Amino acid sequence: MKISVCIGSSCHLKGSHEVVRLFKEYIERHHLEDKITLNGTFCLGKCSDDGVSVQIDDGEIYGVTANNFEEFAMTHLSNL
Amino acid sequence: MRKFDTAVQYLKYKVLREVTRFSFKGNLMEKITDIPKIITPGKEPTMRCCVYKERAILAERVKLAMGGDSSNPNVIEVIDIACDECPMGGYSVTSACRGCIAHRCESACRRGAISFDENHTAHIDKSKCVECGMCAKVCPYGAIHNLKRPCERACKVDAISVDENTKAAKINNDKCISCGACVYQCPFGAISDKSFILNVIDLLKKSDANNYKVYAVVAPSIASQFTYAKIGQVVTGLKQMGFYTVVEAALGADMVAVKETKELVEKGFLTTSCCPGFVAYINKHYPDMSEHISHNYSPMAEIGKYIKDNEPDAKVVFIGPCTAKKMEIKREDVKPYVDAVITYEELQALFDGKEIDITTLPEGVLDNASYYGRIFARSGGVADAVVEGLKELNITDFDYKPVPCDGIEQCRVALLKASKGVLNGNFIEGMACVGGCIGGAGCLTHGEKNKAEVDKYGKEAYEKTIMDAISVLK
Repeated sequence: MKISVCIGSSCHLKGSHEVVRLFKEYIERHHLEDKITLNGTFCLGKCSDDGVSVQIDDGEIYGVTANNFEEFAMTHLSNL
Repeated sequence: MRKFDTAVQYLKYKVLREVTRFSFKGNLMEKITDIPKIITPGKEPTMRCCVYKERAILAERVKLAMGGDSSNPNVIEVIDIACDECPMGGYSVTSACRGCIAHRCESACRRGAISFDENHTAHIDKSKCVECGMCAKVCPYGAIHNLKRPCERACKVDAISVDENTKAAKINNDKCISCGACVYQCPFGAISDKSFILNVIDLLKKSDANNYKVYAVVAPSIASQFTYAKIGQVVTGLKQMGFYTVVEAALGADMVAVKETKELVEKGFLTTSCCPGFVAYINKHYPDMSEHISHNYSPMAEIGKYIKDNEPDAKVVFIGPCTAKKMEIKREDVKPYVDAVITYEELQALFDGKEIDITTLPEGVLDNASYYGRIFARSGGVADAVVEGLKELNITDFDYKPVPCDGIEQCRVALLKASKGVLNGNFIEGMACVGGCIGGAGCLTHGEKNKAEVDKYGKEAYEKTIMDAISVLK
């Protein structure tokens, strides 16, 4: 699975750095290094939405924050 | 009037603006021959001997705005009919010579080139004179002047000479490093950088139909430019023009800073590779030192590569102060990552040709890089970033001695010393322009405050350390 976290200016200021850190921790904690590729991308076109834009593979784009991260991980990453 | 340093820049801008205007409208080919008349209407000349010469020169400028002479590999070109064939006699005695009796000039001249006529007026024998300038320095009246063409004076790599036939300036491509110093200094605008704005407009126009995105990568020196508006408004303007998003080249600088720190520690001696003018200077004038040039990409190429690695069909346009960057993207190893380079001058023309008044726009955001990436725009920036790099990488046993050089004259001294093994330093930060990128030929304005503007912009960065800025990329 490829997870793209937006590090464009708008998301950067909304905390993409923190969200990336949470993903890295999650991957390490659950030993998902072989299953998840994390990468940064510039602008997914949802600048005005809440949260940092995160895209799974080439699919839907979600707004992720430090607050809803666990919920996001439960929904999308728990079956890996 | 827009804020340019000189009327020559303004003239060049007007040509670029008109070319942009018609290109966006799609009728450039039809209107191309009208542009000189749009800029110089009527019968009275405004700059030259007659309107016809003015228009003939403007036609040449239009050609440069459209990419110039494709058979010439250099991006800097002389418009020979615009060259005023300035005097070039070297040191000469002017009418200010009072015919004094002290004759300091004679005493100062070690070549015995100075003689006096019956009125005690000094004369210089050009067969003996070596142009050292000592006579001019000691004359109490300042009566001895150096008649040197401004282009030759500006060119610190001796690439400019006089064409035997036309008497116009001639550029030796084997020596030229495309820094643009002559472009900025020629008082007649007879030397210009070729423009690739049409390539940019073409990329933007075709992006929707061909389903690719065009990224604008802006250099950190932008902090000292477009000061009549906000940087955020420039960002919004770029997006209105059709760019998908705007990314800071300074993030590429953060990435380079870490790699360059590691490379320095590994090799023990290094010269920087950020400035394409400096890199060309080493390769063309000190080829023995070429092996010491950092193998890292420049921040522009580094961030371009990152964007394209993630999105192979993306297009990247670099916007900066630099004419030499237009040469850098011709390099085989850089070509795949950056599709076009334009200057701030050209960006201003693009905004106005497209009739985007950035002062009326809402402010967008621009924040990708750290303080250290952003200060690459001014002299000493890379050297400071490596100090931080060593700290963040916990390297404490390396005796780091940076030698920041801005302007080719300082670079030359450092390279000469290094080539003889007597340089007190192990890291030459070389920038071809005085002050660093903020002194670049493609800047709209060059001012005392520019360095302070860049530092201020650096401090506004959300990320305070290099590792914070690039942690998301790994």
